[in-house]
Amino acid sequence: MFDALSERLERVAGRLRSRGRISPADLDEALAEIRTALLEADVELGVARHFVEAVRARCSGVVLSKSLSPGQQVVKAVHEQLVEALGGEALRLTYASRPPTVVLLAGLQGAGKTTVAAKLARWWKAQGRNPLLVGADLQRPAAVEQLRVLGASAQVSVFSEPGDPVATAVAGVAEARRLGRDVCIIDTAGRLSIDEALMDEVRRISKRTEPHYTFLVIDAMTGQDAVATARAFHETLALDGVILSKLDSDARGGAALSVKEVVGRPIVFASTGERLADLDLFHPDRMADRILGMGDVLTLIEQAERTMDQEVVARSADRMLSGRFGLDDFLEQLHQVQKMGSLGGILRLMPGMNKELRQAADQIDDSQVSRIEAIVRSMTPAERADPVIIDGSRRVRIARGSGTSAQEVNQLLKQFKEMQKMMRSVGSGAMPAMGGGGRLGRLAAAREMAKSGGAEETLAGMMAGNGPPRPPAPTGQPAGAKGRRNAKKKGGRVTPPKGR
Amino acid sequence: MIALWIVLGVLALVALSTAVATSTRRRRSPGPPAAPAAPAAVATRRSTAVPPNAAPLAPEPEPEPGPGSEGTGAAPALRDRLGRTRGLFAPLRALGARGELAAAIDAAEEALLRADVGVETTTDLVASLRQRPERGADGVLSVLSGQLVEIFSENPDRSLRVDREPGVVDVWLFVGVNGVGKTTTIGKLALARRDEGDSVLLAAGDTFRAAAADQLALWAERAGAELIRGAEGSDPSSVVFDAVQRAKARGNHLVLADTAGRLHTKVNLVEELRKIRRVADREPGRVTEVLLVLDATTGQNALAQAREFTEAVGVTGVVLTKLDGTAKGGVVIPIERQLHLPVKLVGVGEGPADLVAFEPAAFVDALVGV
Repeated sequence: MFDALSERLERVAGRLRSRGRISPADLDEALAEIRTALLEADVELGVARHFVEAVRARCSGVVLSKSLSPGQQVVKAVHEQLVEALGGEALRLTYASRPPTVVLLAGLQGAGKTTVAAKLARWWKAQGRNPLLVGADLQRPAAVEQLRVLGASAQVSVFSEPGDPVATAVAGVAEARRLGRDVCIIDTAGRLSIDEALMDEVRRISKRTEPHYTFLVIDAMTGQDAVATARAFHETLALDGVILSKLDSDARGGAALSVKEVVGRPIVFASTGERLADLDLFHPDRMADRILGMGDVLTLIEQAERTMDQEVVARSADRMLSGRFGLDDFLEQLHQVQKMGSLGGILRLMPGMNKELRQAADQIDDSQVSRIEAIVRSMTPAERADPVIIDGSRRVRIARGSGTSAQEVNQLLKQFKEMQKMMRSVGSGAMPAMGGGGRLGRLAAAREMAKSGGAEETLAGMMAGNGPPRPPAPTGQPAGAKGRRNAKKKGGRVTPPKGR
Repeated sequence: MIALWIVLGVLALVALSTAVATSTRRRRSPGPPAAPAAPAAVATRRSTAVPPNAAPLAPEPEPEPGPGSEGTGAAPALRDRLGRTRGLFAPLRALGARGELAAAIDAAEEALLRADVGVETTTDLVASLRQRPERGADGVLSVLSGQLVEIFSENPDRSLRVDREPGVVDVWLFVGVNGVGKTTTIGKLALARRDEGDSVLLAAGDTFRAAAADQLALWAERAGAELIRGAEGSDPSSVVFDAVQRAKARGNHLVLADTAGRLHTKVNLVEELRKIRRVADREPGRVTEVLLVLDATTGQNALAQAREFTEAVGVTGVVLTKLDGTAKGGVVIPIERQLHLPVKLVGVGEGPADLVAFEPAAFVDALVGV
């Protein structure tokens, strides 16, 4: 999503960075570029203006810092302003003392409410909660049916009854209470903000069910209208937050910037893929990093922690570092990573991703993984432990067994060998002669530290390419903007830091 | 494939770091096992490009008003529904009336941007406004609307092509990103085409979204049309293939084929779409329209959608939905101008009759409020 915006800002920043001094004319030019970039990113006109003026104020009011170049100061100002415009701090979800915590979803047609409802249910389930889905969209044909199917795959039960949406919602909350569910998610029909009858209906649903959280689901691809929509829904329902859907598109997501500004409510969740697991809390500070090309490593680590089987990972990591990493470990790890979501989605969170790599990430088809799996599974245990023994006839056998070609088997073996080599060098602490190898060194160091404890922060900092450790909950000060420069990502590197 | 290996490299590091992180921190309660994966989309192999449609020289079933003509038929509805967009250009009119030309042009720029027309097109329009300073009460406004109508007049053919040739089944394919209203559009269109005298069959090519076929089934029932559907997660191409075969056997000459919403950035899903189109074009089928459904609330990303889908499956026209809201749908202007894709249909409400032929003059009039 935010790709082009970050690219444009980077171009502007690059020009400024290369100059020792920033003149008012330079600043005007930079700000004009930023404004255009924001408009092309579908940021609402008024919000874009306000944003630009705020950046100007930040730049002109501040005494030139000694440690930062003028260009860096503009970038810092943009970053800070982005964090602010995207919602400041993340909303802290609390739960009702008398369950269930009622969550009401509203939005335009096709914004993605039903899908988001199911994703939320899954998310809460993963948090150890026990949600109930209530289908109050009786308008769209088969909407409840869709919710039931999605609910079934999230293993969350769905309540709905034909007739009146208001009555259904009320009955749904009662049902949640009766069943002892602690979260009750109400999906409503899509409605236009100017459709008075339907807006009145959702107002009645809200009144009768007294939701603890009312979220507006808004499509990340929305244009200037996002503001009008958000304002209208806010006036009707007093929103608590916004959920941004379809964030995995290449839309710049300017709507995100606009909405917070207009309704003064944060974006709480972001939906970033078609799978039910592709929903996460929205972190404005991280998103600002992402806009500026920082990658979103904290999210990545969190995802990893949540979904991976720690023991399996620890075991294979150990083997990896000690250089005894076989194809079995490889496969196991592949499965662990797959649990985190689509591979393309994971890759997008990595720092230092340039345009080509992002495109490559889009092309990753998770079904390719099953081909790899088939190849590995067609090997004997001995072959998996030590692929060196695979000769011509074994190769043909494996190819036949897995329904692939000898070339594919070869490719896998070759890549695996590279990976093994890299891991061995990490494990032994020897630095491969590649750019940015220092990071790998720190990785090995982190492993040492892990034994003595307290390495988590070092790790986060290291993965972000930072020299200094980055606090787990970054404050307004963008640790990112600084770290990024240290990481020399602009040197035309084609692979991501971890890709070797 | 290379990308995959990059990821595998990445995953090694992620796994490693997770292990390190967790061994230091006492184990947090690990989440429950991961999500049930949604059925993966069917990957298809790259194909040779599908030959583009022959020039559409078919009978024109839709009322087709030329630019500038007073609309007939459904026109009042469109004009009436688009009335809400008038507010944007109101300051412009006031300024123009007072003769404050520069301010009026600035107001025009602002209004165009707010209507999602986009920076590039707005800049060009405003530049030529500055070159033609015509005074008078509505001077700026009328020059502007003239310019807009001109953009639309470059794509005069807004008809929907049905050949009704014996032995051939015409296929209209509906494509677009998620949630734009493809299924609803097909439902409405099935009713409209039936009333036009077409013998329609529906293909529920959205085998991905839960209950999409059920949704279409309800529309099919209303239209009295047969619906061909497959199991959830099955290959959409085979559904379309079956639909064409069935249409031929039954003597239906038009198949309206739904497809699952897909982001134009998902290469494998776009590949799947190519395959659907290829299969639909196989005898006795013939794809005569590929309609891109766009949501009027969409911003500049609509251009990217139009470009990518056109490149992949040769879009022949645009259906602009949800124009009855506060969104202006101005992004169709750069789409018409840069990509020369004609808007053919407009959705202005939820009722079956709320899908009407697009009329440039009415759209522009309503947009700038002349």
